[in-house]
Amino acid sequence: MSNFSFVPEQTDKGISRRSLLGGAALAAPAVAGLALSRGGETAVAGTNGHGAKHAGHSEFPHATFAAGRTVDHKSNGFHPTELLRDFDYGKTRRLASGRVLREWEIVAHDREIEVAPGVTYEAWTYNGRVPGPTLRAQEGELLRVRFVNASEHPHTMHFHGLHSALMDGMPGIGENRGGGQIEPGEDFTYEFDASPFGLHLYHCHVAPLAAHIARGLYGAFVIDPKAGRPEADEMVMVMNGFDTNFDLANEVYAVNTVGFHYVDEPIRVARRSPVRIYLVNVLEYDPVNSFHIHGNFFNYFPTGTSLQPTEFTDTVIQGQAQRGILELEFPYDGDYMFHAHVSEFAELGWSGFFRVGDPSRMTAAAAASMYCDLPWGKGSPA
Amino acid sequence: MEAGARAERGFGGGLPAWALGLIPLGLIVVAIGGFALLGGPGLGERTGPPLEEVAVERTVLRPGEIELTLRNDGPDPVEVAQVAVNDAYAPFVADGGREIGRLGSTTLRVEYPWIEGEAYEIFVLTSAGGTVEASIPVAAESPENDVSFYALMALLGIYVGVIPVSLGMLWLPFLRRLGPQWMGGLIAFTVGLLAFLAIDAGLEGLELAAEAPAAFGGTGLVFVGGLVAYLLLAGVDAYLGQRSRAAAGPGAGATGAAYLALLVAIGIGLHNLGEGLAIGSAYASGALALGAFLVVGFAIHNTTEGLAIVAPLRDARPSPGRLVGLGLIAGAPAILGAWIGAAAFDPSLGALLFGVGVGAIARVIVQIAPTMRDSQERLLYPVSVAGILAGIAVMYLTGLLVSA
Repeated sequence: MSNFSFVPEQTDKGISRRSLLGGAALAAPAVAGLALSRGGETAVAGTNGHGAKHAGHSEFPHATFAAGRTVDHKSNGFHPTELLRDFDYGKTRRLASGRVLREWEIVAHDREIEVAPGVTYEAWTYNGRVPGPTLRAQEGELLRVRFVNASEHPHTMHFHGLHSALMDGMPGIGENRGGGQIEPGEDFTYEFDASPFGLHLYHCHVAPLAAHIARGLYGAFVIDPKAGRPEADEMVMVMNGFDTNFDLANEVYAVNTVGFHYVDEPIRVARRSPVRIYLVNVLEYDPVNSFHIHGNFFNYFPTGTSLQPTEFTDTVIQGQAQRGILELEFPYDGDYMFHAHVSEFAELGWSGFFRVGDPSRMTAAAAASMYCDLPWGKGSPA
Repeated sequence: MEAGARAERGFGGGLPAWALGLIPLGLIVVAIGGFALLGGPGLGERTGPPLEEVAVERTVLRPGEIELTLRNDGPDPVEVAQVAVNDAYAPFVADGGREIGRLGSTTLRVEYPWIEGEAYEIFVLTSAGGTVEASIPVAAESPENDVSFYALMALLGIYVGVIPVSLGMLWLPFLRRLGPQWMGGLIAFTVGLLAFLAIDAGLEGLELAAEAPAAFGGTGLVFVGGLVAYLLLAGVDAYLGQRSRAAAGPGAGATGAAYLALLVAIGIGLHNLGEGLAIGSAYASGALALGAFLVVGFAIHNTTEGLAIVAPLRDARPSPGRLVGLGLIAGAPAILGAWIGAAAFDPSLGALLFGVGVGAIARVIVQIAPTMRDSQERLLYPVSVAGILAGIAVMYLTGLLVSA
């Protein structure tokens, strides 16, 4: 685990009700500012200065979507905040040999999803969500994935891992045994060993490949080492993008599909407790993607196949299908941005915040000094 | 004869003429109404995704804000979802609402800290995921449309329209000193000038039409404008010609010369309306740096237009008042054009006005060309051809000064 012994003591501990009241007069302007931005859409528009004359810079802290509308996660059928910590362990039973058999059923559907407020995209999905479910197993288990193609187009599930050619989800290989390219209405069961341990991915491999991946047919695939990994707040981040006008360039970039989602709903984490991020890049049409975190460093385990980190850094670059595990702790309370350090992607949706600590337990002035006010009040999943 | 008359009576013979005129119209209304009510029987559902065609009509830059006026040019309504400036999403408000109906428009005010002198590419993302692109080649604050701005536009119109045309008309005494053998050549020179202006206006109109929404006619507007102007001027000419013939014969020569000069002034005036429009809109959108050099260029270019107006007046004795009037007719529309261009620029309107300019000039050329005939009634002879070429050459060379 990473060691944060160099971190100095936190200074804003133990804010009592008394100090909150006592600080109120002093913090009045800040309180007013917060109240305005908390008050919903019209107030947000007010503080953003829409319609008012102002110099641009101070009112434009970072790129964002227009105020007044958010993505309808219910209609999408998945919520990026929930998807973040959603690991699909499938169903298990013990075989006669004593080995664990782990099984999933994955169904491909065509489905319209909202990838930015008001912007819909005709996605192709695994189990109705983008990214598909994060399949999680333990090294050495026998895995069976029954794939049902309920889409109007042929698809496959191509896993990154060790397996036989028939189980590769590759069109042209194994059609005579029911595998290869899976036509609409057909199904096939992939079977292979969980190996090697690490962080992998699966995606459709039907041609045209770029289109089948870009439409949303991908997901993370985690194989835990036999001894497991240390306890941590674990989350999955699949870096993706959407070419909404089909010009072979993405209009929206994101982690877990919805642009700027974690700006609107910062990811809540506890201070000084281990966090593990399973980071996968599936971005189509752009050669590289990256992950950068503010005010922090992480241990990086490329592909998660070694228990020794290769780097202690705050930025990693990944090409498509590259992935790695990030382990870190947040030493301070506050909002910390994370984003692609391909700034273009960051400003086209691939940005978010970690919210460390609880601003509602602080004076408004203290909170305003360490939490960003833009997404304030837009709500957390709670 | 008999059979024909009977046949006429046999087909609605008893009905008055107005009823015969209205019956087909009524049937058309019933047929179209029924077709619409039944939802287009036999055509089935339209297949494919909605067609999104949106034109960016106007871009205005204010400190910290970029304003875009969008016009829905396609058959389906379009909903604006997000806006990105230089590949960064930016907050915005839609003054006309986010949903734009067919031929409707909306104005987006995008909050963005643009920097003067930089270039910006904007894309508007629609709810269907389509993009509408706009570009700002060089960012500069758009002038506020207040009184001083209109005064500036008026001044601009005077600089490029009224003053140079008036100065050009001061060549009249010089023309009078030239012998009568020069008359045909002078008129030919005017024809050359006008031909150049017509080509120039036509090309500018086509250029504007390319950015105008196709639903309003696009390129066709230039031709429609040209045809309408040509026919209107021809009609006015026929009407005035009738009246002057009815009025009196004596002094007809002078009237003819004054009349030709008036026609030239009108043609040039309509051209300058389009030119003023282009200058005003370019200035308002920041595309035109209003350098003194450019104004000087336009002035020199347009001075030749004054020469064209007075060329037919070589043998006439027009009053100073009439000369001032001619100058204003030819030059003042530049002021009006600059106002329209700066305040309510619309590429469709611009294309139409340029078309009008072309048509007017074409009509004027047709009108004055006969007066350059020589004693053998030839239209094209060495002097006239040289005059036309000289006119084109002068316009081309002075035009180099304004190739901004």
